[in-house]
Amino acid sequence: MELVNLFLKATFIENMALAFFLGMCSFLAVSKKVDTALGLGLAVIFVLAITTPLNNLIYTYLLQEGALSWLLGDGAASVNLEFLTFIAFIATIAAIVQIVEMAIDKFSPALYGSLGVFLPLIAVNCAILGGSLFMVQREYNLVESTVFGVGAGTGFALAIVALAAIREKMKYSNVPHGLRGLGITFITTGLMAMGFMIFGGIQL
Amino acid sequence: MKKETKDILLGPIHLKNPITLQVLGICSALAVTTQLQPALVMSAALMFVLVGSNVTISMLRNKIPGSIRVITQLAIIASLVILADQIMKAYLFEVSKQLSVFVGLIITNCIVMGRAEAFAMANPPAKAALDGIGNALGYSVILIIVGFFRELLGSGKLLGHVVMPTVNNGGWYNPNGLMVLSPGAFFIIGLFIWAQRTYSQELVEEN
Repeated sequence: MELVNLFLKATFIENMALAFFLGMCSFLAVSKKVDTALGLGLAVIFVLAITTPLNNLIYTYLLQEGALSWLLGDGAASVNLEFLTFIAFIATIAAIVQIVEMAIDKFSPALYGSLGVFLPLIAVNCAILGGSLFMVQREYNLVESTVFGVGAGTGFALAIVALAAIREKMKYSNVPHGLRGLGITFITTGLMAMGFMIFGGIQL
Repeated sequence: MKKETKDILLGPIHLKNPITLQVLGICSALAVTTQLQPALVMSAALMFVLVGSNVTISMLRNKIPGSIRVITQLAIIASLVILADQIMKAYLFEVSKQLSVFVGLIITNCIVMGRAEAFAMANPPAKAALDGIGNALGYSVILIIVGFFRELLGSGKLLGHVVMPTVNNGGWYNPNGLMVLSPGAFFIIGLFIWAQRTYSQELVEEN
């Protein structure tokens, strides 16, 4: 039950895109069509589901204070490599993204074509690194961080698909001149964020 | 100043603004702007990282193999961010706690990667440094404007000083809670983009 709550919390209440503004660059840039948005959303779920638990392992067994004692004995109890967190996490993420990219290229060239430049950009999608950093900050264990990764990815995918659907419809509306394109997208996202705030009061 | 220098340095403040026109670095612009002070600290940290990474990457640009350039760039940027983070933890602990994960997220701030990829990889260090300063300034301008309005309208304060006394404290101003929450940030940037594009019609997007 705890885990279901964690999943729902990561998906709706603490939505990566709408509550924490993570992954905004691709969120705004790739949300013109529902198909592409769905592709990116799935890629983000996939990458988050792998990198968050993996980074959890790296953090617990290599970086945390005294984490190296399982390897080097008691002498390493005071070794604290936490300052390497950022570089270790981003290296893991970049490597995983590279693997995912090659896998998609092999198994689904159509999806690869439509994701285009945005696949390598997942490596610098703040939502991915943000997921790992939140995991450290909130002290999740391995199972919790897997659930959190999938939940956060689902939340992002949900938000980007919803925004893409709204933007597709908006093509037919008469938007004020200076607001066209990016401006109205921001306002729409703001309204969506307001909508997602109704989940804020829910206690799980 | 020569025209080219001026273009590189001042272009990103208005006509090529990283946030409102290049759509880069939006996450942090929205997240750290509930108050003015973290916005200022974030701008300073970003300027440090952006100039540092632009110069370093530009110096190494002929030695970085194309196939692993993303990870090389990320390693350089991550090292600079670790530096900035450690300095902030040492001297500005309160603010550093307030910014929480967003200091680390400078690594994935698309401005840094975007400028490295688009400019530093193709230009000498001096120009790259100017480009870094220019883009960091353009980013700071937006952060400061958004931070200013959100703190002023959301809590009646500026940099922690009371400007408009709120009703709760016996004053007259009824704070607009929406500004402190996430939608407020989206609305302010959206409205700012509207104002900017109405002022410079050539920036308007079709459709």
